[in-house]
Amino acid sequence: MILTILTFLPLVAGVLIALLGPDKQKLGRNLAFAASLVALALAVVLWAAFDNGHGGMQFVENDSWVPSLGIEYHLGVDGLGLLMVLLSALIVPFAMLASWKIENNPKLYFSLALFLESGLFGTFTAQNFIHWFLFWELSLIPAFFLIRIWGGPKRTSAACQFFLYTMAGSVAMLAAFLALYAATDAASRSFDFAQLAQIAHQGGLFAAHTTLATAVFLGILLGLAVKVPLVPFHTWLPAAYSEAPTGTAMLLTGAMSKMGVYGFLRILWPIFPEQMQAWRVPLLALAAATIVLPAAAAFAQKDLKRMVAYSSINHLGYCLLGIFAAARLTKSSALFSNEQAAALNGVILQMFNHGLTASALFYFVGLIEQRGGALRGLDDFGGLRQAAPVFCGLMGIALFASLGLPGLNGFPGEFLIFKGALHLASRAALLSIPGLLFTALFLLTILQRVFSGPLPSKWSGWPDLTLGERLTVLPVMALMFVLGLFPQLLTGVANPAVLQMLKSF
Amino acid sequence: MESIIQYLWLIPTAPLLAAGAGALLPRRRRRLSAGLAIGAISISFLLSCAAFWATLHSGRATSNFRWFDFGTTSVQMGWVLDPLGAIMAVMVALVSLLIFIYSLGYMAKDENFTRFFCFLALFAAAMLGLVIANSLLLFFMCWELVGLASYLLIGFWFQKPSAAAAAKKAFIVTRIGDLGFLVGMLWLYAKAGTHLFYDHGQGCLEPAAAGGLVASTAIALLIFCGAVGKSGQIPLHVWLPDAMEGPTPVSALIHAATMVAAGVFLIARVYPLMTPGALQVVTWVGALTAVFAASIAVAQSDIKRILAYSTVSQLGYMMMGLGAGGVAVGMFHLTTHAFFKALLFLGAGSVIHGCHEEQDIRKMGGLRLRLPVTFATYAVGMMALSGVPLFFSGFWSKDAILDALHHWRGSQVPFYLGLLGAFLTAFYMTRQVCRVFLGKPMTVEAEHAHESPPVMTVPLLILAALAVMVGFFGTPAWPWFQAYLDGGSAGFDLSKLMNEHQLPVMLLSTALVAAGIVWSGWIYGRASARPAREADPLEVAQPALFACVQKKFYVDEFYDATVVRLTTAFARFCDWLDRVVLGGLVRAVCWLALALARLDRNVDKSVVNEGFDIGTEAVRGAGQWVSRLQNGQVQRYLRVIGLAFCGLLILLLWGCA
Repeated sequence: MILTILTFLPLVAGVLIALLGPDKQKLGRNLAFAASLVALALAVVLWAAFDNGHGGMQFVENDSWVPSLGIEYHLGVDGLGLLMVLLSALIVPFAMLASWKIENNPKLYFSLALFLESGLFGTFTAQNFIHWFLFWELSLIPAFFLIRIWGGPKRTSAACQFFLYTMAGSVAMLAAFLALYAATDAASRSFDFAQLAQIAHQGGLFAAHTTLATAVFLGILLGLAVKVPLVPFHTWLPAAYSEAPTGTAMLLTGAMSKMGVYGFLRILWPIFPEQMQAWRVPLLALAAATIVLPAAAAFAQKDLKRMVAYSSINHLGYCLLGIFAAARLTKSSALFSNEQAAALNGVILQMFNHGLTASALFYFVGLIEQRGGALRGLDDFGGLRQAAPVFCGLMGIALFASLGLPGLNGFPGEFLIFKGALHLASRAALLSIPGLLFTALFLLTILQRVFSGPLPSKWSGWPDLTLGERLTVLPVMALMFVLGLFPQLLTGVANPAVLQMLKSF
Repeated sequence: MESIIQYLWLIPTAPLLAAGAGALLPRRRRRLSAGLAIGAISISFLLSCAAFWATLHSGRATSNFRWFDFGTTSVQMGWVLDPLGAIMAVMVALVSLLIFIYSLGYMAKDENFTRFFCFLALFAAAMLGLVIANSLLLFFMCWELVGLASYLLIGFWFQKPSAAAAAKKAFIVTRIGDLGFLVGMLWLYAKAGTHLFYDHGQGCLEPAAAGGLVASTAIALLIFCGAVGKSGQIPLHVWLPDAMEGPTPVSALIHAATMVAAGVFLIARVYPLMTPGALQVVTWVGALTAVFAASIAVAQSDIKRILAYSTVSQLGYMMMGLGAGGVAVGMFHLTTHAFFKALLFLGAGSVIHGCHEEQDIRKMGGLRLRLPVTFATYAVGMMALSGVPLFFSGFWSKDAILDALHHWRGSQVPFYLGLLGAFLTAFYMTRQVCRVFLGKPMTVEAEHAHESPPVMTVPLLILAALAVMVGFFGTPAWPWFQAYLDGGSAGFDLSKLMNEHQLPVMLLSTALVAAGIVWSGWIYGRASARPAREADPLEVAQPALFACVQKKFYVDEFYDATVVRLTTAFARFCDWLDRVVLGGLVRAVCWLALALARLDRNVDKSVVNEGFDIGTEAVRGAGQWVSRLQNGQVQRYLRVIGLAFCGLLILLLWGCA
């Protein structure tokens, strides 16, 4: 039951808050925040009750929904799902605090954020495609309105591009799944992920239709590739992230961008192992491109938000590199499967840690924008460290976490991904290495241009972080250190799920 | 041994805690921050000494633990106590302690004093962690953290754009090497199945694994990439001279004595992985760096930059020592260099401090009378660095390297390069001392220079004593240092000093050093009375060559024109690719969709809509026409009926007929 409660709590709370009278703006906001905290508490309970000992689904709920079409209400989480639920539950209150001072209809803003949270929880817990797809789309709609209503000057085109691009991917994915359903013989028709994976494992999914199998695979791939995004389907992202209001950008990069990677692991990996294998080389090339090209492009940006947006693409590229590298069918040798396990554990670590770090970076850039009177160019500032040492120090920690400094949370994931990838896909891994250098280059450029040098008199009164702002980032900063020093907290949860995935590959 | 290994982790942890506390302290708690850092490093020093004592009697001890799990295995880490690590830990902790104390005086007026000690403690923690690490991964992590500390301290005076740029440059250039290191480490991890150095016979440095490694020259060279970056070897040496933008104690601690030597320590640590092929590369890179940097030092005029190039050059010697002579030769020079170079940097700091932040040696002169303690200790450092025979440590350690090069089977060229470097070293150090301390003051600042307070001069005196004494632990007559690292014992045997093996090299290098000192003294000892604006005597003699050397052989310019420009161009290209090509494609798809929609609309409008309109119009017209028939006039209906009747009748009759 706990998963159902968790999924619908934000949805119900969001509806109730939206129904409040227009004069109850503050009340709505506070209630929404409280609801997100309750969700966080529930997620923590889930984590505490989770059994790290086995890699299968836990807290399973399975009821029939539309039995004639093979649609079930099937919920469950394994280590991967649990970590994503936890991440979403962490990011939403963080993003809400970042949006605390929104003046234009905060009640609506916060209830939309709750709808989005519900979409995230649903996506990360659903085990049936139709059910999963409903929540996948549900998360898109509030995101569209959050950008469209509260975004920057170019919000209309950014929101439309975001929505249409993602929607096109979703349509391809839906069509692919329907084709899959239609093509399987009536006895084994299903939308259930586990059943599909089992049928695929026995070789019965596309017995005689290899072309169709490829088409279906590519359709689903397109939907996920747009969401992650995979180069060259990424051009919607810089615009959407930089036009979105800070809190929304945090939700987009912190939680929503994980939906795509999650889809790769939950759908493509178990159901289409042969196709993953067949398309591995081009996909690896695209993953390397996703790592290197956006990192280099970030270096050419002048807008801080766009820089951070590009860095987000680059970091998710490491996840894709790990997944594609591990998708290699071979004779089972212990060393080999350990390299695969390293890569996949690294992917999950990277998903979680990137969520924390990237949302923290957007938070800081948002504060810069807010204090700078809507200025957020790389060259608009300088020497801010003098006026705001705590600000600079904390943002510096987030930047270094993002570039993978050991001791902070970014390192273990990237280490494991490269450990696996270097062994399983040496060329792609070596091609991706320059991405690590570019990342350092543009992140340090931010530190250099914004925080060092002489302080212009214009900014001499630049306020340092207030107590409220410090308390807002404190939990996330603390997690950066804790997860960097004790990655076992994450791998302990993720590893059983990874072993399970490897068994079924 | 068993007991100390349990507490070994405290050596880096103590300064780490001090750093953490220092980061959280408010700016005004200056004394508390400094006190914590100095207290912590004292604890580290005492523990290191205890560890060192333990290694005198027994071999190697390790303590490993599990960091995290993945797959069916886990990532292990741990720390190791052996002579190599112990001697390094003692050296690092001692030099750190002295420099921390010195910084009390040097940074006394800095407003970010609290943060300075926080960063220093962070550096010490990372460096000591690296020294005791028993896993290449932990080594790498600490390695990156010393890079961070170096970044923070080079850019400590962040208001200066040049300092901020130098900090970034240092981090990026060393990271280029680090990426090679990372790949090498991961490769080694995959091949050996572990990255622990020592693990009861299963570690990657132990014969079971190291012997069976495939492609280990490649792995060794990749790991060496990291050392090239950190230790400022050609071609990644460009960051180290710029790093002098940091406060002088930082230059002394990080960019002379300890961190830059971490690359040398890395090679010493993974020595069992170094194949003969890899050692050839190490020796050659070291030899080229040694001469290249020493020649640049001849034409510099900034007191700290001269020392920086000297450091690069000496690091080249250490690499040569490792490549040609082995761990003990390289590590001995590392140790002696740490003391005398820290001494020289701190002396330079005292000079800069005394001359009101002046760093140009052409504007100094005559300081021997105004800064007597600094002068005396600086002279000791200078003689140790130049390799003045018998009484100075640099002589013994450099001689060991030259001796190893002389007997190296690879080639004799590095030996001659080493000799040339020794001559150049004596030359530029004499030039510097003449310019700074001898002759008459060139400026008002130099005229009114003052000696530094005891908190700064006492560390100088201690370091000067060490710069002399450490050498006696590694002479050919009593090679205690070498025996200690190899786990043997050394006896005193004066005849070893005098045999035909050692003596010719020793005499040759002594002659070259003497030539360097005398020639340089002859040029600059006389010139130092001349005004500052006048050109350097060497510049007068060889203007073109001098300009080229002064501009550091245009390496920075070359990198700017190639690597930097290519990187920027690539970044622009990627941006363009996104905006124009891929964005354009998306827009094109959009337009296509819009065009289809418009076509559809037009088809709707002109074909479907108008067709429908025409159709309905026709129906309507027909209806109208029909409706006209039904106008309700009965007479007309009857008329039509009558006419029709007639017509039918006629038709019928016609038909019958």
